[in-house]
Amino acid sequence: MQYSNTKATLAMAKASFRSILRSPSAVVFSLAFPLVFIVAFGFIKGGGVKVDVGVDKASNPDNPVYSILKHTMVLHLVEDQTEDEMQKNLQRGHLDAIINIQKNTTGTPYTVAVQYTKASPDKKQVLSSLLHNILYKLNSKALQTPEPVAKLEEASIQGREYKSIDFILPGQLGFSLLSSGVFGTAFVFLSLRLTLVIKRFFATPVKRSSIVLGEALARIGFSLIGALFIIVLGHYVFGFTLIHGIVTVLNLLILSAIGLIVFMGFGFAVSGIARNESSVPPIANIITLPQFLLSGTFFSISVFPTWLQYISKALPLTYLNEAMRNVAFDGASLFDVRQQLLILLLWGVAIYALAVKVFKWE
Amino acid sequence: MEEKPAIITVSNLVKKYDDFTAVNHISFSVQEGEIFGLLGPNGAGKTTTLEIMETLRDKTSGKVIINGFDLDQSPAAIKRIIGVQLQAAGYYPNLNLTELIELFSGLYGVPANPMQLLEKVALTDKAKARYKALSGGQKQRFSIATTLINQPKIIFLDEPTTGLDPQARRNLWDLILDIRQSGTTVVITTHYMDEAEVLCDRVAFIDSGNIIGINTPDHFIDELVASGFERTKEVKKANLEDVFIHLTGKAWREG
Repeated sequence: MQYSNTKATLAMAKASFRSILRSPSAVVFSLAFPLVFIVAFGFIKGGGVKVDVGVDKASNPDNPVYSILKHTMVLHLVEDQTEDEMQKNLQRGHLDAIINIQKNTTGTPYTVAVQYTKASPDKKQVLSSLLHNILYKLNSKALQTPEPVAKLEEASIQGREYKSIDFILPGQLGFSLLSSGVFGTAFVFLSLRLTLVIKRFFATPVKRSSIVLGEALARIGFSLIGALFIIVLGHYVFGFTLIHGIVTVLNLLILSAIGLIVFMGFGFAVSGIARNESSVPPIANIITLPQFLLSGTFFSISVFPTWLQYISKALPLTYLNEAMRNVAFDGASLFDVRQQLLILLLWGVAIYALAVKVFKWE
Repeated sequence: MEEKPAIITVSNLVKKYDDFTAVNHISFSVQEGEIFGLLGPNGAGKTTTLEIMETLRDKTSGKVIINGFDLDQSPAAIKRIIGVQLQAAGYYPNLNLTELIELFSGLYGVPANPMQLLEKVALTDKAKARYKALSGGQKQRFSIATTLINQPKIIFLDEPTTGLDPQARRNLWDLILDIRQSGTTVVITTHYMDEAEVLCDRVAFIDSGNIIGINTPDHFIDELVASGFERTKEVKKANLEDVFIHLTGKAWREG
């Protein structure tokens, strides 16, 4: 009977896949960890500015100014605090301003008194111009003033809302692929080597390439299922933008597979360098942590000072994240992100060259 | 003892690690269907010799022919007709015994019936258990089961009974004798001379990488007695191990 390398590879992949499914750390890293971040950030609604304004108890709520303020989206009116509490919160910056509206018996019908705080100067700007605007409109309506000198015409174009999930999800997906590729691969090959599992395999006719390929297939399979789960959940629960629907999903999965293959190279190298299981995490963290912070996982790398951006732009995860965001939100094709893919590929070549050098079978 | 055809022939085998010579020009042959023991103190070169025959370790020089295959030319063909139990080898993590056997059957490229195999080593009730959860004796029995997956002509056992209690040791002997009964040649290393005496048709004594003698256990004992050797203590009809087995029962115990 002819010996089949394919069958051996598939047997290896099946065993490895089962093992990954039953290993708590794989499930935590690939699913739970990214999901926690996605859920946490998913519930932070659309961002934007909110100004917390305390309404003085002595205010008279029955007036046109108050009802306009109440329906202004940017303002969050706080009305259930005592005067003392309001003053304290204003000092700490928990409130951005306290407003008091009084009906006058003589002169102008209403007086709007605002107390700002030095604790939040930027919010002061927002509230101040908002109030000026509101009062100007009210006043000019009431006085029926003639046409002003200049007229303002405003228009918004139709655009897609860039939600925080659109930024967070690709970043979390990329990071989960990085951890799974580096930690998962390093731990598996190190422990198979140390516990002589690989030695026992070598007493069978299996080829080394079948062992590596089988392991890789299992890890890619598991990670893609995880990625699909995260994408689908993100789309239906948090409105993650998939601009071309299923095509976008497929492109994201292809990108995930490419990223994972590159990251697994780091894992192979780590398993060769580490002497025992306890030396895997420090080495793997040296690879993953900087990318976690600097590759645009949580915030855009444009917020970093220029010198730090140079480091960010040298890391492979930066390019995977960028490619995934371009594909998911802007509807870029894989060809459009060829530059990012090329840099990932260069990383792949470099890291596998190192891995081949340091990898140990026994 | 009648001379059967040799299934393993080792000639002038040498293994050097830098300046240390682990195996120094040893030659022996193993006959088809016998249980052949490699005996000797730790570090004598038993495991090295075994692992070279198992295709797991390169040799420095010498010739090894297994079932007509030259180790230098067809290691892959040799792997397909041997079964290997390593000293202290682990198994793929998180899999149960049935799944491990399925994995090995894929690696050997042969169909396997896990339950039938587990029945041979009395582990059917552990089919869904993890290797880690087995007792010492069960682990060794499972290791031996994995050597039988490809229905090998020869199996190599490296100290299979080390660390086992007397009952587990004895039922492993029964298992090994069964395997030989079905026509498989067995090459075994051990530190227990009573074990070698019970199991082995022939033994080779190895010390510091050299073979000091090869013959049947009876021949070695007769030779020593003929030279005038006497035990300092008179041998009784039973020893303490017999007492142990008698008191704790001969049934298979799973500790």
